[in-house]
Amino acid sequence: MKVLVPVKRVIDYNVKPRVKADGTGVDLANVKMSMNPFDEIAVEEAIRLREKGAATEIIAVSIGEQKAQETLRTALAMGADRAILVVTDEMPEPLAVAKILKAIVDEEQPGLVILGKQAIDDDSNQVGQMLAALTGRPQGTFASKVEIDGDTVKVTREVDGGLETVSLKSPAIVTTDLRLNEPRYASLPNIMKAKSKPLAQKTAADYGVDVTPRLTVVKVEEPAKRQAGVKVADVDELIGKLKVLGVVE
Amino acid sequence: MSVLVLVEHDNATLKDATLAAVTAAGKLGEVHALVAGQGAQGVADEAAKIAGVTKVLLADDAAYGHQLAENVAPLVVELMSGYDAFVAPATANGKNIAPRVAALLDVMQISEVMGIEGDQFLRPTYAGNALATVTSSDAKKVLTVRGTAFAKADKTGGSASVEPVSGKGDQGLSSFVGAEIAQSERPELTSAKIIVSGGRALQNSENFHSLIEPLADKLGAGVGASRAAVDAGYVPNDYQVGQTGKIVAPEVYIAVGISGAIQHLAGMKDSKTIIAINKDEDAPIFQVADIGLVGDLFKIVPELTEKL
Repeated sequence: MKVLVPVKRVIDYNVKPRVKADGTGVDLANVKMSMNPFDEIAVEEAIRLREKGAATEIIAVSIGEQKAQETLRTALAMGADRAILVVTDEMPEPLAVAKILKAIVDEEQPGLVILGKQAIDDDSNQVGQMLAALTGRPQGTFASKVEIDGDTVKVTREVDGGLETVSLKSPAIVTTDLRLNEPRYASLPNIMKAKSKPLAQKTAADYGVDVTPRLTVVKVEEPAKRQAGVKVADVDELIGKLKVLGVVE
Repeated sequence: MSVLVLVEHDNATLKDATLAAVTAAGKLGEVHALVAGQGAQGVADEAAKIAGVTKVLLADDAAYGHQLAENVAPLVVELMSGYDAFVAPATANGKNIAPRVAALLDVMQISEVMGIEGDQFLRPTYAGNALATVTSSDAKKVLTVRGTAFAKADKTGGSASVEPVSGKGDQGLSSFVGAEIAQSERPELTSAKIIVSGGRALQNSENFHSLIEPLADKLGAGVGASRAAVDAGYVPNDYQVGQTGKIVAPEVYIAVGISGAIQHLAGMKDSKTIIAINKDEDAPIFQVADIGLVGDLFKIVPELTEKL
């Protein structure tokens, strides 16, 4: 079974994003970029499926600027077999990303697609569900456990208040939540080996997808900052404050 | 404009997340509510009483019993021929279904909407560190809305009619196997007025339960946790408050032994009053706290619980 794993190049999760002074977006110049953490979990899960014998080939896909190639090399160093880079001038919106991925799914016919539940830059949480809709496949979103059993995929999902398990008819789309696994680090020999793994370059036009955005960003602002308040000396003073707030009588 | 709101429910009761979605939808136009479920007549009756809802559509079918996105999305898409916008609460369920609807309608969804002004939508990006104002060129709009960002519509005062609708039913793509939903007497995190949250400083699960829970119960509060406490296994993951967990905005948020990582702050910084108890006076949580108490939580929390 082929597994397709879309990965996105985003601001590193340890970097605090700074909004540009002109309000047009977030300043990404000279900022450390990395693979979206949820996508790392997706790559790891695909590798584990191959280690268990459930997957045969892992194809990593990235859509975006030329530099997304670095993110694909990371996926290849972790263990993906080959990669596809779809180069675009601007980062397409989730709907266009899902359309490009649909075209790749049509071409590659993977038995499973695993993606991060959301990218930590635009926080949309849409691509997996949209890809499932466009391909007419079932979706196991926010997965904390994935089990392949013949032609069904059992996915345990993180939902409000607990966990829910669904059974999906293969081929399915799965999106990862944080606790699905802990991604491995690529070893130095694997990083070297990844440099010679196949990486195909495409454009959105190759897949006949119009990536014109539907949303227009009017402005981007920093949220209002909270001011630090007062420190109290002891529990009695704290209770006094709670009384003022009307929390206790 | 006419708007269809997805009702959040468990077939037995209507969840509060619906009420904020109704308020948000009301800013766009006339609000109808969709209850997709099984044996959910009671939920539909509740929805009909919400102030601002003028009609309730009830799709009662075994295929919708567990609100599988594969079955609910085609139902919504069919109904959307009569609506200009679809609004779902940004709950696990809403986030699962809405993008599937959006893609089938060829619409770019606007996620986690926090504000609506005319045709402009405010939404958080970068874990709430950058707020984007966007407009949409799509003929129909699909939104998920953040429950803490909108006032709750009144649960009474409405007298909408309930109209049965049916869809294509089971698409044969997925089935429900089971659920482990934590049963708790305490208020749900996303609707609690007061929340007491514990962090890694509690050191273990026993301390979490013996210190945080009695304090929460004294205050009638919900119980939350930082990602560090969840990852360390002190409490199950549905306790997690933060960007990757639940987004909360109670009247009072009490952070106990939580340092205040960016990812945690993103989930609670809209709380009205933040109280922090931490032994490290330089902890970032004090930069957002309205009231701070520096000291040993193992002494402070029992004393506080006892004196309340």
